[in-house]
Amino acid sequence: MAALENKHFDLGAGSVRDLNQFLHKELPASGIKHIEIENPDGQHSIAVGLDAPVEIDILGHAGYFIGGMNKEANITVHGNVGWSVAENIMSGSVRVKGNASECVGASGHGGLVVIEGDASSRCGISMKGCDIVVGGSVGHMSAFMAQAGHLVVCGDADPGLGDSLYEAVIYVRGEIRGLGADAQIEEMSEQDLSTVQALLQQAGFDYDPKTFKRVGSARQLYHWNADAHQEY
Amino acid sequence: MDKPIYRKPIYREGNASYNDSTLHYIRQAAEHGLYEIRGLGAKRQLPTFDDLTFLTASASRYPLEGYREKCDTKTVLGTRFAKNPIELDIPITIAGMSFGALTANVKDALGRAATIMGTSTTTGDGGMTPEERESSKQLVYQCLPSRYGFNPDDLRKANAIEMVIGQGAKPGGGGMLLGQKISPRVAQMRTLPEGVDQRSACRHPDWTGSDDLTIKVNELRELTDWEVPIYIKVGATRVKNDVKLAVAAGADVVVVDGMQGGTAATQQVFIENTGIPTLAALRQAVEALEEIDMLGQVQLIISGGIRTGADVAKALAMGADAVSVGQAMLMALGCNSPTYFQDGKEIDASEGYARLNTAAGYCHHCHTGQCPVGIATQTPELEQRLDPDWGARRVKNYLQTLNMELTTLARACGKSNVHNLEREDLAALTIEAAAMAGIPLAGTNWVPGEGL
Ligand code: SF4
Repeated sequence: MAALENKHFDLGAGSVRDLNQFLHKELPASGIKHIEIENPDGQHSIAVGLDAPVEIDILGHAGYFIGGMNKEANITVHGNVGWSVAENIMSGSVRVKGNASECVGASGHGGLVVIEGDASSRCGISMKGCDIVVGGSVGHMSAFMAQAGHLVVCGDADPGLGDSLYEAVIYVRGEIRGLGADAQIEEMSEQDLSTVQALLQQAGFDYDPKTFKRVGSARQLYHWNADAHQEY
Repeated sequence: MDKPIYRKPIYREGNASYNDSTLHYIRQAAEHGLYEIRGLGAKRQLPTFDDLTFLTASASRYPLEGYREKCDTKTVLGTRFAKNPIELDIPITIAGMSFGALTANVKDALGRAATIMGTSTTTGDGGMTPEERESSKQLVYQCLPSRYGFNPDDLRKANAIEMVIGQGAKPGGGGMLLGQKISPRVAQMRTLPEGVDQRSACRHPDWTGSDDLTIKVNELRELTDWEVPIYIKVGATRVKNDVKLAVAAGADVVVVDGMQGGTAATQQVFIENTGIPTLAALRQAVEALEEIDMLGQVQLIISGGIRTGADVAKALAMGADAVSVGQAMLMALGCNSPTYFQDGKEIDASEGYARLNTAAGYCHHCHTGQCPVGIATQTPELEQRLDPDWGARRVKNYLQTLNMELTTLARACGKSNVHNLEREDLAALTIEAAAMAGIPLAGTNWVPGEGL
């Protein structure tokens, strides 16, 4: 890659605000293809609101809302992240090499989120079409009220999985420690196997899709019904 | 000859505990086994701005000429952190109401009227429609717990962002949109299956406590390069704490929505039994800002049952920087009116109301999607009942009237700027209002509770 296409940004010297303004205002016309961000030091809201096809490497641990509302960019965090990484992601990808705290990909509309380690609770909450692949396990209430998209969990899932699920689908390779209201385990179809296969491939994991279980919505909460469980 | 039949006169002794509405409620509960869902706001009797009066100028104060002398209504919101605060010609804004709950025509009419009058309008739980962005010069984009249709492109088009924590009609509860209103377009905007009874979340998906909120607000600032104001809206419950937390979280503007605030669909039990009246909420919000020395630095918008120019003037006198109006805007568009206008003709709507088991003046059936006057619906045939040109004119007239009443009262109080109205210009007409608003009871210096 030519030198002009690369840029370093040191968050030990410059501020997150300067970085984000650069990413929003100057990056799209700059021809830069790759940005390395050093010394993130757990700071929040790094590389939010991207709207350009660029590779971003964050070299270290980062805080909340990393890569929030991302479009087109491919962001990799070489460390752990705090809450709500890739919240409301639209397209592109966000990859975390370490572990992620709560609410991974919250209300994400599109694109791919990969957590190579574990993710804490409410992973994929309210997701609206994005795909999330977690190499390890996820905490409780993951995919709560998830509307569309896929959550693939290569490890285990804590209780309350898929509570109040709409049309999003969850695949779990390990143990499911409890389903939330209106979530149910369903048969894996050929379509499911190829969906899981493709997502594992994109995420860079090598597991047999046949070892995954499918969790979907029983659709019992879709309509008000006096005779159903009164969990409204 | 038969003996004359003696009939005792029927005696109807009223029962305050089991009155008509309680009986109706019990019968409904027994029949359906589900709580009642409805639209609009609290219908019960509450202390309101009607219980305050202005102490206009006389020998001790000097009035301005009611029709001639200038009385400024310019209102600037978001001066704390935003690079581009919102500048409005009048302190009366249009509250957040969703496309989905309302038709695209209604959103368009509201936007056009707001633009003509130099004020802002607000999106709702369902995202921004191109129509409302097009028609509104100043558009506030709500960030709601559901995040339906929330996206960075619309975020970047917004003139301000409103982080909605709660709503006066249902503080602590999520919204609803019943299946009848989840049309293909609404379903697509919200990423939901068509016809599903949608229950919006009551908590945000990506933050929970107020420390997280501070970080979330910071993210919204970063997303928009600190350009647009960020409002935080709360339903009025523990107003003092909530206003202080909103300020601590970095809000430019705090919006407090009182108990009378409306909704398109929520459990009746919420609408009537949660939150505190707007009058009390406003007083506590102003006190909260005073206590942390932020009055004037963080702007305050009050909403929930603002109907008249007098309401606006009293709210400003009590310390609000602006008001926000929702339900009354719909009423200006014909909500609860016996007729609607279509193709230039006035048409009787009573059959539409009757079909909902109600009548003009009593309708609160926005949740059904069968609005007899074409406002709260997603049914194409009903939508035709509201012509956006006609609607925009009505809303513009209504806003104009409110503003004229506001300036008339302000001038009579001797103020050349409506924001100079002050608490000292008010007296309370009832003990309840005096206690809640912290305004002396008329004819006395007495504020119940003061000095305790
Ligand atoms: S007339 Fe329409 S907008 Fe008004 S309360 Fe009835 S359904 Fe709602």
